[in-house]
Amino acid sequence: MSETERDVRQFVADNFILDRGADDLPGDESLTQSGVLDSMGVLELILFIEERFGVKVPDEDTLPSNLDTVDNIVRYVQGRLTGVSAADA
Amino acid sequence: MKPVVQPRYERLLHDSLARSAAEVPDKEAVVTADERISYRELDERSRALAHGLRERGVKRGDRVAIYLENSATVVVGVYAALRAGAAFMVVNPQTKADKLRYILSDSGAVALLTDGRLARTVAEVADELPSLHTVVLRGRAAVEMPRAIDLDALTAVAPDDAADPGAIPLDLAALVYTSGSTGNPKGVMLSHQNMVFAQQSLCDYLRLGRDDRILDVVPLAFDYGLYQALMSVHLGATLVLEPSFAFPNQVVQRVNEEAVTVLPGVPTVFATLVSMHRHQPLSMPTVRRITNTAAHLPDDHVPLLLEMCPGALVYKMYGLTECKRVCYLEPELALVKPLSVGKAIPGTETFVLDDRGRAVAPGEIGVLHVRGPHVMMGYWNLPDATAHMLKPGPYPGERMLCTHDYFKTDEDGFLYFVGRSDDVIKSRGEKVSPVEVENALSGIPGVREAAVVGVPDELMGQAVRAFVVLEEGADLDERAFRRHCLARLESFMVPRDVVFVSDLPKTASGKVRKRDLVEGV
Repeated sequence: MSETERDVRQFVADNFILDRGADDLPGDESLTQSGVLDSMGVLELILFIEERFGVKVPDEDTLPSNLDTVDNIVRYVQGRLTGVSAADA
Repeated sequence: MKPVVQPRYERLLHDSLARSAAEVPDKEAVVTADERISYRELDERSRALAHGLRERGVKRGDRVAIYLENSATVVVGVYAALRAGAAFMVVNPQTKADKLRYILSDSGAVALLTDGRLARTVAEVADELPSLHTVVLRGRAAVEMPRAIDLDALTAVAPDDAADPGAIPLDLAALVYTSGSTGNPKGVMLSHQNMVFAQQSLCDYLRLGRDDRILDVVPLAFDYGLYQALMSVHLGATLVLEPSFAFPNQVVQRVNEEAVTVLPGVPTVFATLVSMHRHQPLSMPTVRRITNTAAHLPDDHVPLLLEMCPGALVYKMYGLTECKRVCYLEPELALVKPLSVGKAIPGTETFVLDDRGRAVAPGEIGVLHVRGPHVMMGYWNLPDATAHMLKPGPYPGERMLCTHDYFKTDEDGFLYFVGRSDDVIKSRGEKVSPVEVENALSGIPGVREAAVVGVPDELMGQAVRAFVVLEEGADLDERAFRRHCLARLESFMVPRDVVFVSDLPKTASGKVRKRDLVEGV
């Protein structure tokens, strides 16, 4: 598991989930549909990404394809760190 | 299946579906990211499910719960319950086990429609619900559930003819649970008559038509969301259904992809759109109606919304679940009477009364009362709470709704909301009961006692703040506390802030002095 993924899983587990550990979250499970994140949770996630990874998340990137699953978040962050955004991909 | 018979009159709530299915069978009824279903499909699926429910013993007057995210299945379930002669209750999918147990037990629901994921929560409480004999599952179950039946299997056989369960307009059509200032939500009882009237009155003043494409991002468990679906079906229009506003940019894209014409929201939604628009201009040119309720829409948002949606009519409205909606401001008056929520919806009237039941003069504050066919029948099994809200009206046996909200009028009779008389918190447009939250908090290991208040917040209206006294030696930090909250409460009820204190300020009789908590911050 990459360090990015570890950080993301830890953030989600620490802040939103009581009954499952950071590693028990399926990478492809929709965080909003499973009730883990609501609209405020998404805002907090965006803040976390900006602060933890130094990556600015523009409004047009706030899409489920970038933020709604652990896999998507990791891919988005890694893409932004290397200068690629979902809009370009 | 026999062709749809168009009813000559619409008396029952599901008559709208029969009529729309007869008139525009191939038109899109419900559109989601995953599916697009026509009126014919909606009609056939709901009839098949109604038949399946009746085969499983659902009878006239029974309650059928729907515990799902916003999806076409919810709309199917609503009309299926009605066609089976039952009343539907849409339960917020964020509801956790304790509250779910309470709602299902209180209502005596006999059947529940849910999906594999949410079935986990149902399984936790099913043993304590002797009335619940049928659980209909969409998709694969995540857990074992003995009384479960697959939705596709149940609806595989289309009925050729369905016996009429014999419901009449006075019968219960829906139970809508709403939080108040006590520890448990209350089931608002709405008859077919209430809801048929309300949907027509709304379509009337919103000036909606068959060509409209109505967005719903609000949970169908709330009447604001539910009525987007009901109105759409009533009109033979198209409902564009989204699960939430968690990804605002996604919603804006959907609005444009689907050429949405009606955009219902609450102030938090509009504040988010305005904020996005200030960063980078948004354009939603197909929107011609913008509606707001739950809290006041700031005046400086209106011109910006009109930049995004040129030519749209903006409706400021006020209502409560107990009568669906009370009043609305004609959009042409949005700038003439900027702080007003307008006048009574068509077919109803309002009175602002003093504590002796007499009408107050313009400019004086009184309590708003509502008279009309939309007023609820009462709260399910709560005669005292019902008596608190329903007061004698002008005619014998008539009951008017007392909102217990403070209002005033101007010289022209326009209504102005002044404030609530209870301590219910309005956060992100949702009602939050401080007592419900406090009860959940005291169940958290390590919490000795807690007090919950609302504090002003620019985005949310009010934010929920908890003051918590921990047990000696309890090791609970903010994040652990929050995780515990999320496991017990719907997310909009979870305190945004927690302040750990050594004790709570109390009166001589031991009641927490909440005003001190709010002001002391």
